[in-house]
Amino acid sequence: MTYAVVAEGLVKHYGTVRALDQLDLAVPEGTVLGVLGPNGAGKTTAVRVLTTLLRPDAGRAEVAGIDVLADPARARDSLGVSGQYAAVDEHLTGFENLDMIGRLYHLGRRASRARARELLEQFDLSDAGDRPSKTYSGGMRRRLDLAGALVARPPVLFLDEPTTGLDPRSRGDMWDVITTLVEGGTSLLLTTQYLEEADRLADNIIVVDHGKVIAEGTADQLKAQVGGERLEVVIADQARLVEARVLLEDSRPGGVAEVDEHVRRITLPSDRGTAGLIEAVRRLDAAGIEVQDIGIRRPTLDDAFLSLTGHGASAERAGHQADDSRGGSRGGGTDSSGSGAGDPGTDGAGQRARGGHPEHQTDGRQRRAGEHVMARKEI
Amino acid sequence: MTATAVHPTESTQPTSRAGELTDEGSTLRHAIALAKRSLIKTWRTPEALVDVTLQPVIFILMFTYIFGGAIAGGSQHEYLQFLLPGVLGQTVAMAGIALGVNLNTDIEKGVFDRFRSLPISRSAPLVGAVLADVVRYLILFVMCLGTGLIVGFHVGTNPLAVLAALGISVAFALCFCWISVWVGMIARTSGAVQGIMFLLVLPLSFVSNAFVPTATMPSWLAQVADVNPISHLVGTVRGLMVGGPVASNLLWTLGWMAVLLLVFVPLALRAYRRRA
Repeated sequence: MTYAVVAEGLVKHYGTVRALDQLDLAVPEGTVLGVLGPNGAGKTTAVRVLTTLLRPDAGRAEVAGIDVLADPARARDSLGVSGQYAAVDEHLTGFENLDMIGRLYHLGRRASRARARELLEQFDLSDAGDRPSKTYSGGMRRRLDLAGALVARPPVLFLDEPTTGLDPRSRGDMWDVITTLVEGGTSLLLTTQYLEEADRLADNIIVVDHGKVIAEGTADQLKAQVGGERLEVVIADQARLVEARVLLEDSRPGGVAEVDEHVRRITLPSDRGTAGLIEAVRRLDAAGIEVQDIGIRRPTLDDAFLSLTGHGASAERAGHQADDSRGGSRGGGTDSSGSGAGDPGTDGAGQRARGGHPEHQTDGRQRRAGEHVMARKEI
Repeated sequence: MTATAVHPTESTQPTSRAGELTDEGSTLRHAIALAKRSLIKTWRTPEALVDVTLQPVIFILMFTYIFGGAIAGGSQHEYLQFLLPGVLGQTVAMAGIALGVNLNTDIEKGVFDRFRSLPISRSAPLVGAVLADVVRYLILFVMCLGTGLIVGFHVGTNPLAVLAALGISVAFALCFCWISVWVGMIARTSGAVQGIMFLLVLPLSFVSNAFVPTATMPSWLAQVADVNPISHLVGTVRGLMVGGPVASNLLWTLGWMAVLLLVFVPLALRAYRRRA
């Protein structure tokens, strides 16, 4: 297999914080790698290293077969990057922004202008092309920034959280644009904290937390790690829960159901798809048990992320700072020396870490549930 | 595919667009393309030109009519002849401040990340920004001289000498502004750039021969003022526009320009490369 991007053992420290901790990744040519992780997981640092903006403390990286550390100038020739914060010059029009980049690539006046118009057209910015980009909406700026990364048609593209902060519609537009690019053969490394985005755009996904890869695979494989399909039944009458459970377990020998009495929900593994669903409905109906809701539920990447990291993908507001300042020792009970030495005083995160830590330990389940909801909301 | 055991078997063919884009000639070309960006920006935000338009006018009027009588013993006209090259020297130093402030803002906003990911030389964005500043210094010179002529400044030499004064002023400004570029690279916020530069430029421009003859200062201060690069620039411009000897001051000025470039260009470039 030919790889558009390869990174091995990337390490980068910021003071005592390990932003990258032996990070490995690879993007086979013509595919999309989704780098999924919460804020502060090291995604942006990894992109900056791979796009020659930052030198790692250790490790090696190649883009389009060129060693990024040994020959950054040549690597820049083959890559395009669009960052988390749209790097457009707001005093320049969309056209001028793109034309300037074209000239910097030695495209020549005519070719540069033609390419700028072409990209404006492609990114649905033609009407706004001659307005200063400070008048653009957030989504338009992002598209312009992405267009800027594409001026020289780089074979390898890096997108750092391309839809963070965009409204749902702009996000959908951006996804369409990215899908088109990938169909055109561009190799793409995409970072995101949105599970849905990785699910939708990426061929392969790596889940990054605290600067290292904690899981990888296709979206389906990651979901499978959490467990297969499940049949979920909510019945109307709480008094008949036990009866319903026995009925359902009988329909699937060996299957053990979980029961949530508060919401009158029974969940059990299901590998027979709709056939199992139909049989469950029949049995419950025959017994006269009223079904309020029934369905087959496939685990989402949210579920995968929660089970892999112990915290939600978009949980930085709730607990990410605390998690980060504790370095790699998440979940351990003996990490106080590590965090105590490093973080108090640096940016206040240490304070929050110490405050948030016990809560995280003792009340983990409840908080996870809360974060889960937040993650869903953001999507 | 496992991430730990990945080895590239074969490299993808980079699409060769222009080969190596980072030789010397290219740096200039890139710098010019980037200077164009700064010029468009200046054109669209003319209010950012107050430091090279209104500021010299106000300084000339204030110093002439408020302090002129007291400093020059009643003759405001005589003082204007002395003052105008002085105000030019001071505002030349001050006009460079905006450059550092703007560069700092650009970096904070991420605009420079784009440039740094392009196959262009790392110094091109800085050189481009400095080149674009030429326009501001030209405006500054014209405003100074124009205001002076309106309120009674009298050119004691010839148009060629005035052109030479313009040349040396702009050239000095282009060297001096690298201090501002450097501070723009190392300061954390654009506000800090402004603060630091004012702290440097104000004493530097007042402890000079710009507003009063250094002979009126305590001798230790006069010694400082006499080696001050701004004193030498102002002395040169006085000689070229009012009349009098030029050579010594000109040599000193050129020497200072070389020192400024040799010290602050490498400092600025190094700080720029380090700033991730």
